[in-house]
Amino acid sequence: MLTCEHIVKRYGAHTALDDVTLTVPAGSIFGLLGPNGAGKTTLIRIITRITGPDTGQVLLEGRPMTAADVVRIGYLPEERGLYKKMKVGEQALYLAQLKGMAKAEARKRLREWFERWEMTAWWNKKVEELSKGMAQKVQFVSTVLHAPRLLILDEPFSGFDPINADLVRQEILRLRQEGTTVMLSTHNMGSVEELCDHIALIDRSRKVLDGRVRDIRRQFATRTYRIEHKGNRVAFANALSFTGELLEHTEGEEYSTARVRLVHDSTVNQVLRQLLPAVEVHGVQEEIPGMHDVFIRAVNAHGTVPADMTE
Amino acid sequence: MNKILLIIRREFITRVRKPSFLIMTILGPLLIAGTMVGLAYLGMQESDDHLVLVVDKPHVVTGKLRDTEKLRFLYAYEDLSDSAFKASPYTLMVDVNEAILETNTIQLYYKELPSINVQRTVQSELERVLEREKLRVNHVDPDTYARIRTALNVQLFDIDKGGERSYEQALAIVGFGFGYIMFFFVFMYAVQVMRGVLEEKSNRIVEVLISSVRPFQLMMGKIVGIALVGLAQFVIWIVLTVVLMTGGTALLMKDRLDPRQVLAEQPMTGELQAELMKEAGTNVPDRNEVLEVVDRINVPFVLAMFAFYFMAGYLLYSSLFAAVGSAVENETDTQQFMLPVTLPLIVAIIIAQMAITNPGSPLVFWGSIIPFTSPVVMMVRVAMGGVLESPWQLVLSMVLLAGTFVLTTWVAARIYRTGILMYGKKPTWRELGRWMMYKG
Repeated sequence: MLTCEHIVKRYGAHTALDDVTLTVPAGSIFGLLGPNGAGKTTLIRIITRITGPDTGQVLLEGRPMTAADVVRIGYLPEERGLYKKMKVGEQALYLAQLKGMAKAEARKRLREWFERWEMTAWWNKKVEELSKGMAQKVQFVSTVLHAPRLLILDEPFSGFDPINADLVRQEILRLRQEGTTVMLSTHNMGSVEELCDHIALIDRSRKVLDGRVRDIRRQFATRTYRIEHKGNRVAFANALSFTGELLEHTEGEEYSTARVRLVHDSTVNQVLRQLLPAVEVHGVQEEIPGMHDVFIRAVNAHGTVPADMTE
Repeated sequence: MNKILLIIRREFITRVRKPSFLIMTILGPLLIAGTMVGLAYLGMQESDDHLVLVVDKPHVVTGKLRDTEKLRFLYAYEDLSDSAFKASPYTLMVDVNEAILETNTIQLYYKELPSINVQRTVQSELERVLEREKLRVNHVDPDTYARIRTALNVQLFDIDKGGERSYEQALAIVGFGFGYIMFFFVFMYAVQVMRGVLEEKSNRIVEVLISSVRPFQLMMGKIVGIALVGLAQFVIWIVLTVVLMTGGTALLMKDRLDPRQVLAEQPMTGELQAELMKEAGTNVPDRNEVLEVVDRINVPFVLAMFAFYFMAGYLLYSSLFAAVGSAVENETDTQQFMLPVTLPLIVAIIIAQMAITNPGSPLVFWGSIIPFTSPVVMMVRVAMGGVLESPWQLVLSMVLLAGTFVLTTWVAARIYRTGILMYGKKPTWRELGRWMMYKG
């Protein structure tokens, strides 16, 4: 769907993006992750043609992107807002027309959206009369109204209460179902795990990681297993011998839980073979790191100096 | 529909719909007219009656000063102490000393500063009486004196205009009026552009917008939209003024009052002066002079030039103000950048003022050529009419102005483009320069 090739962007002496290449597969929900100031917003601004790259190019469905393509993109910036003194309906119509929609068509689709999200009563209200969450809903509708092929959402859940955040989440999934490709930039790793198929992680102007979420989490797995058993710590540790390292051992009322990291090239089967004669094993589960851990470890691995906070 | 047209339309409609626009446009002319009428009325009407005590030590003016409706003269021959004056019902006290005929100086004491009109009345009455007294002392026949006394009336003729009477100064004042209006409106609408840019930035809607339109379209849409608001306002004002003037004249005619007569009767001082002049044997100046000045203005030419210089001057300054608006986050931060972009306008007004007294000076010439001051200064020259004799100056000024607004718009667009997305810190001049250099 979207490919960024060797994107470089400099502001004076500061390099905002350094040779970033990534591909967003069609029909996926793609997470764009990274610490503050890493260059995510700059990359998004290049994709939305708000600014241009110094070198490199952006391809949309295999062709270099042109100015006319902006109508195929819907962009919800992190820094977002509406004209406070303008009426909700008028404003949504205006924004839709700027995206190239005809007025009648825009009005028809807005009606549908407003009915579905129970916002019809707001049509003639000024934005300043709405609560923050209500304004965010209007903003989201304005972003997706023109049925963009590519939807770029920067922190889409901020400003929503849990109920409305869930509404937006459902909407994102529904849009993906209808064939929209979604690019999601967020610091909320929970929603990344829940929604994203693919991610790319940018740190200090460089892409440090990308791929399918499932693969990446597996890639960051530390060969650590959680083993539930009936037995005491000493017996367990002795049985383990040299196949694994005991990281943690907690004794519960019924079972004890041990966290074991495999050492050398041993397998989980070997470990179990050692354990079975000594303790009664009740359950074994591999620990797959969450995106939260992946993020922290990837960024720390990339360098120890924290990125500066100017985004 | 073209996106820039959509932006222009929004800018125009949201502003025209505001109650403040209606109030400004409809009440504005009424308010100005009302204020002027009110001021004229107040000027005619003395607010308070005055009781003037004249301490006439040499006994020369007693009984000879003529009272008016609001002004009564009473006489004494010895000084009143300060406290006695304060306690007295007198509002003014005039001290006429023994040597008055040599010194020609009197002291006027007051409790509350009297109006200029009252001061003039007191002065001219005393002058008249003292003059009579001097004539008597010197054995000069008043009629003879009236014939001898000469109040010279200088009429200016520009030899280049075939010896026609010249109204340069009066025309320059009219031109300054145009220049001042120019200054006021360019500034007012340019500040509106700045506020609009600032609003979009502080609302955080700007990034949403420029993912749909180019920053340049957004900036130009705003500038043009506000220009149309100004234009609409002008048109309404002109229509309203014409209607009010016709209505006003009709009303005056109904009362069988010749406006010229009203003018002549208006100020008390005018009446006194006229009388004094009659005594001195000169004629009351022809009231038609005002009309002659108006006749001398090439109205279509001046209006056309005003339209051009307003549009060009507005484009020049509004683009600069847009850049200022994009660089900062709230209105208080604009101060730092406002001064340098406002300064040329203020300089222009100062030069235009100088043009009234010295229209031929090199300063005025350069002021009318240099683009940042030319919209204001050139209006003075245009109203005076002389500029048509060397059309190259006008053409040069217009071409330079047009070229400069293209340049400032380009520069402003580059600052704007970067500025609208910058939050957090107040930029310095050096940073603005750097923004200009960034690639798109």
